Amino acid sequence: MSDVAHDTPVSHHDEHESTGIDNRKLGMWVFLSSEFMFFGALIATYLLYSNRGGFEGTYPSEIYDIPFTSVSSFVLLMSSLTRVLAHNALSKGDQNGTRTWLFATAALGAVFLGGQVFEFTEFVTKYDMTLSSNPAASAFYLLTGFHGTHVAIGVIMLLSLWGISRRRGGLSEKQGMSLELVGLYWHFVDIIWIVIFTVVYLLSVPPA
Amino acid sequence: MTATAERPRTTIFKRPSSTTGWWSWLTTVDHKKIGIMYGYAAFFFFIIGGLEALMLRIQLASANAEFLTAGAYNAMFTMHATTMVFLFIMPASAAFMNYLIPLMIGARDVAFPRLNALSWWIFFFGGIFLYSTFIFGTSVPPIGPDGIAGNLAAGGGPGSFNWLADSPDGGWFGYQPNAGPFYSPGTAMDYWALGLQLIGLASLVSAVNFIVTVFNMRAKGMRLLRMPVFVWMGTVVAFLLLFSIPIIAVALFMVTFDRQFGTLFFAPVGGGDPILWQHLFWLFGHPEVYILILPAMGIVSEVLPVFSKKPLFGYSAVVFAGAAIAFLGFGVWAHHMFSSGITPVAQAAFGLATMTIAIPTGIKIFNWLGTMWGGRIRMTTPMLFAVGFIAMFTIGGLSGVTHAVVPSDWQQTDTYYIVAHLHYVLFGGSVFGLFAGLYYWYPKLTGKIMNERLGKINFWLMFIGFNTTFAPMHWLGLQGMVRRTWKYAPETGLEPWNVVVTIGAFIIATGVAVFMYNWYHSRRHGEDSGLDPWDARTIEWTIPNPTPEYNFAVSPVVSKLDHFWHLKYDQDDEGRAVRKEDADQIIAELQHVGLNPPEPIHLPTPSYFPLIMAAGLLLMFYGIIYHTTAWGKALIAIGAVVSLAAVIGWAIEPVEEPHDKPGEERSEKVQAGV
Repeated sequence: MSDVAHDTPVSHHDEHESTGIDNRKLGMWVFLSSEFMFFGALIATYLLYSNRGGFEGTYPSEIYDIPFTSVSSFVLLMSSLTRVLAHNALSKGDQNGTRTWLFATAALGAVFLGGQVFEFTEFVTKYDMTLSSNPAASAFYLLTGFHGTHVAIGVIMLLSLWGISRRRGGLSEKQGMSLELVGLYWHFVDIIWIVIFTVVYLLSVPPA
Repeated sequence: MTATAERPRTTIFKRPSSTTGWWSWLTTVDHKKIGIMYGYAAFFFFIIGGLEALMLRIQLASANAEFLTAGAYNAMFTMHATTMVFLFIMPASAAFMNYLIPLMIGARDVAFPRLNALSWWIFFFGGIFLYSTFIFGTSVPPIGPDGIAGNLAAGGGPGSFNWLADSPDGGWFGYQPNAGPFYSPGTAMDYWALGLQLIGLASLVSAVNFIVTVFNMRAKGMRLLRMPVFVWMGTVVAFLLLFSIPIIAVALFMVTFDRQFGTLFFAPVGGGDPILWQHLFWLFGHPEVYILILPAMGIVSEVLPVFSKKPLFGYSAVVFAGAAIAFLGFGVWAHHMFSSGITPVAQAAFGLATMTIAIPTGIKIFNWLGTMWGGRIRMTTPMLFAVGFIAMFTIGGLSGVTHAVVPSDWQQTDTYYIVAHLHYVLFGGSVFGLFAGLYYWYPKLTGKIMNERLGKINFWLMFIGFNTTFAPMHWLGLQGMVRRTWKYAPETGLEPWNVVVTIGAFIIATGVAVFMYNWYHSRRHGEDSGLDPWDARTIEWTIPNPTPEYNFAVSPVVSKLDHFWHLKYDQDDEGRAVRKEDADQIIAELQHVGLNPPEPIHLPTPSYFPLIMAAGLLLMFYGIIYHTTAWGKALIAIGAVVSLAAVIGWAIEPVEEPHDKPGEERSEKVQAGV
């Protein structure tokens, strides 16, 4: 209805948020609660199959390289710390520090992903465990693969923010909210990894 | 759109600005337009799904009929159910939620207008994707490693319409391994699995959107317990979607991986467990049935008080009963699996849990009855549908409790008794509720009232047709007539009732035709509704009809539940409602103010990107089915590039083009060198 178009100040459709929480932030929280169900279903499937014996092929729990995965898990957890440092730097107005920590977070995420690529390659080439070896292997690859995809998306978002900050010499208030959103997502991905590492790697035993 | 003054542009492309014509619909982010598109698409699929049902009924009208081939029959019942659940009732509910929730909470749009458009386009493309199986899909005879025949595919017995067999034929529940790679080779079930994945993604995105909208976008004074029940039920549905869609997403990914990339999740030959599929499917599937019914319950809870001239009896009980149904709904899924060999303890637990669902449902039914009790009831068409809803849903609910009794359920599993039950709750329930809503809110769309005479013909045809169709299925089922089976022998004696059922189905179809005529006719020739045709109670009726683009000329301030009612009515000493003397004046004033905003209103600017992003996803999903071919890989790549470009464009453009709001432009500026 262009008949209401004028040039004077206007009333605005999203002037207040009833809960006091930013729309985007609330949306991210809500979305992440759904993601828990997503990974819950994947982890449950892995647990169902992980030690169901009697089938051909290598089981993932026979070939886990726990020291290696511990290191890459540590790397991922440290990225949560650097993420917080990035946020902290921004809230102090330290744009350079924000940029540095953002890049560090993305880099640690990338190192974790590299570790996963290495792990998958080892499993396939050295131990001949593929998607089709047995349901446990299928479940392992689907679960950790989806987690890796989440990390990769996080890395892309972090690098985008880093790129914006570099091009424009810093992050605006609105982009600061984006940093917070990516941070929520990133912490979520880390928390899920803690569960996966504990339940899938540390606690699962090969079939008797 | 508003604020068309020249401004420096913030994106590479000029933003769409048309308010009429095709482009305005393709690029709209207006929740009303999106709701209308959801509505028409849902109705289109309702017709398609209905035609599929009629084909099934023609086949079953006589014993040993050869109207459809076995393969075509399998395809028709699969597509009928898939369509009615995912492409009709869900989007029809989404249509109501989109159109009404912002109006009912006093907002000018949803929290994320562009995400809303994205949901709609993903849903729409998902529907197209699923239905394109009739053109591109294939169903070929099984190539199981153990040589056991699976689905009857092409050439499955005598009959016509065999070309329909080249489409999903594994049931709407897609049981494994029947719908897996060995027993349903060919691409049809891939279209099914990936199509549902897209539709689910759309639902998930809109669930996030609606939760944030309801929690954050309410008008001043619109406390949670002042929200109309429809808004509450919409919120509960959004939470159900939020927690159940990821589960079906995982399950569908597993199916897709089984079918495309050789994983062994559900293939018994490789160690996979078909029962896992059933658990995952029904862990989604049972909340899903409440996703289908709760919006209709919300609609009925709006319609009944208005036409009884009484407040809803036990408002908070109705709200909490809705939430309780949703909560319990996550704990009853295995009642779909009593005959699958789960342990007696699990059977007992799930049987008991299922019976508890009857409690909140009963609370709702009695509250609706209490609402009508002693009211000044006007039997308009919306009211007829609402009362029809209560009666039919109660029958369906009672037959539902009989499935909770495990030994009884063993007898009923896979018989027409179940078909009767589910249609009593989904058709007698959801569909009657949706029709009540269509008649009730038609003035909001058009400024006209639908023809009452046609409306009553419509209702009685549908009501009689519905009972003629589905009541006899109870006894057919108890006589042992099996679901999802192409033929029955003449000696079974099932034929007479099947003839009745088929006649009923055609009566329903006639009723729907009357509705379509009424919808079309009333648009031109309907009576003008004015602002308040029904003497309504909720704030969506405080604004002119049809709804102005900006919804509320002045953001409302709400002081009570049933705010609009209290504007018009006072109580006398005995607590009876008395219409205020100046009620008509108040309405006239609302009409005037509603059409003349005191100050210009900025609305979210239309955007190309939701459409483009959804189109990219569509290409990728086609590519996944044919990923072994070069052009399949190319499709994935092109789709990914298109989607990524849309993401970037989306991120760069602001929700609204910048305007004169003080401080806004400044905050956009970079805090460089701080």
